[in-house]
Amino acid sequence: MAEAAALSVEGLVRNFGGLAAVGGVSLEARTGMLHAVIGPNGAGKTTLINLLSGDLPPSAGKISLYGTDITGLPSYRVSQLGVGRSYQKTNVFLGFTAFENCRLAAQSRLPSSMRFVRRALAYADVNRAAERSLAATGLEARSGELASALSHGEQRQLEIAMTLATSPRVLLLDEPLAGMGAEESSSMVELLKTLRSGHAMLLVEHDMDAVFALADRLTVMVNGQVLASGAPAEIRANPAVQEAYLGEDEPGG
Amino acid sequence: MAMHDAQPRALALVLVIGLAGLAVFPIFGADEKFYMQFLAKVMVMAIFAMSLDLLIGYGGLVSLGHAMYFGLAGYTLMSLTPEYEGASLWISLAAALGVCALAALVVGLLVLRTSGIYFIMVTLAFAQMAYYVVHDSKYLGGSDGKYVYVKPVLSFFGWQPFSLDKLAAFYYVILGTLAGVYFLLRLLLASPFGHVLVGIKANEHRMRSLGFPTFSYKLVAFVIAGVLAGLAGYLAAALDGLVNPELLSWHQSGQALMMVILGGMGTPAGPILGAGALKLLELLLTSWTKHWQLLLGLFIVLVVLVFPNGLASLFGKRKRGGAEHG
Repeated sequence: MAEAAALSVEGLVRNFGGLAAVGGVSLEARTGMLHAVIGPNGAGKTTLINLLSGDLPPSAGKISLYGTDITGLPSYRVSQLGVGRSYQKTNVFLGFTAFENCRLAAQSRLPSSMRFVRRALAYADVNRAAERSLAATGLEARSGELASALSHGEQRQLEIAMTLATSPRVLLLDEPLAGMGAEESSSMVELLKTLRSGHAMLLVEHDMDAVFALADRLTVMVNGQVLASGAPAEIRANPAVQEAYLGEDEPGG
Repeated sequence: MAMHDAQPRALALVLVIGLAGLAVFPIFGADEKFYMQFLAKVMVMAIFAMSLDLLIGYGGLVSLGHAMYFGLAGYTLMSLTPEYEGASLWISLAAALGVCALAALVVGLLVLRTSGIYFIMVTLAFAQMAYYVVHDSKYLGGSDGKYVYVKPVLSFFGWQPFSLDKLAAFYYVILGTLAGVYFLLRLLLASPFGHVLVGIKANEHRMRSLGFPTFSYKLVAFVIAGVLAGLAGYLAAALDGLVNPELLSWHQSGQALMMVILGGMGTPAGPILGAGALKLLELLLTSWTKHWQLLLGLFIVLVVLVFPNGLASLFGKRKRGGAEHG
């Protein structure tokens, strides 16, 4: 069931010198729906995610979260307000166990971590949130392993698990399938399907099979601009999109 | 569980034996004033090195200006000590730690905006500024420094359990402080704050995106480290009975850095081992040859090459968690 827009973006611009990496993008993400953003390499998809997550400040435009203006807030504020993101390049704490990766992420939901006396591992709610996110991503059996000892696919799952451990309402997923084999990909697609309820999801992905299997709505970006936006069937039939992107050979993940 | 909660059993054993040895030394070596003074100094340096390790080993903040707080606390004690009587320990200690907290807060607000090599350079720059202010100030004794004529007086509502003039008493106060700081740091590192700090060292960018305002955590760590360095500096000034600009010099910062690296960064006991090893070696080599610094340098290079994780790694691996590949 679609509800009001959780995340809404109007005329978002980010210039790098003379180059408009994102040049006036508007889109929405609604709770219970997955909005996929596709486009060739260099289209500005990752920059878009970086703008939405607060990793980069926009040059112009407006980002609203449930009607509240969050434009230009630093990434930790955006995260605290309920926007979780995962990274294209696996960005987990390799020297920590899978559990500690998620536990630390869940700890960010304490009102403050300026707590100096009680042991971090004694916060039962935090531990439970970490265990829940590990279970949701199918990693519970790997909980005690160092992240560096996990396979690439498992590290990608951990990446999502950490994001989930922060109890986000909006999920920004930057190529969760990057570098995955066929089997790992299909289990990740199943995982993403389960996350749709209760989250507004924005997915950047190169794997077209996955995108068309998952997306409720599609936006095609080319050179920082929105080329087309609509339901998957409309996008598939759009001649401009076919010319710019879908017709070409896939840049393999 | 995260690795930073782990303390190898062998290392804990070495630590307990070491502390026990330090505790009984004055009983057997009561006449060995020189060695008691020496060990007291080593323990003070160990506290100083531990405070620096909080920044380097846990927060990933390599400060080369940590002696600033060490020296400021000593100078605060000197300023508050009248010529013919001791200053109140509580008041002078509170003042010294307060000065260090304030200095670390101001410096931290500025230097924590930088990172990496720039952080090293600006912490050094601030410490050098403080060094020259002290060095060129007549009131503070200039390059010669000044004496702290009388040791601070420890008193509980007028009752003085012992006098710090007695070296053995002071020795135990320092030993107690060392143990106290060690357990304080272990508590801190096991807390949510400690886990955040270790996360920042591993990947600050990810910590921010997980919702942690990392700057605040680094600033608090910087202030805590400054205050603990001040505690060490206060004890050093009281123990030696004098202060001079060398307390704030980059040699002093560098020495603590060497102790941390030698002993093992990011291990609670490492800096204690490092301080002990460095000072003991210095003592042995100076009595043997005047080219002792050359040999000391060679030793450090050798240790760093053979045990990149420091002497603490001799007593067991510090990383915990299954390492098998899956």
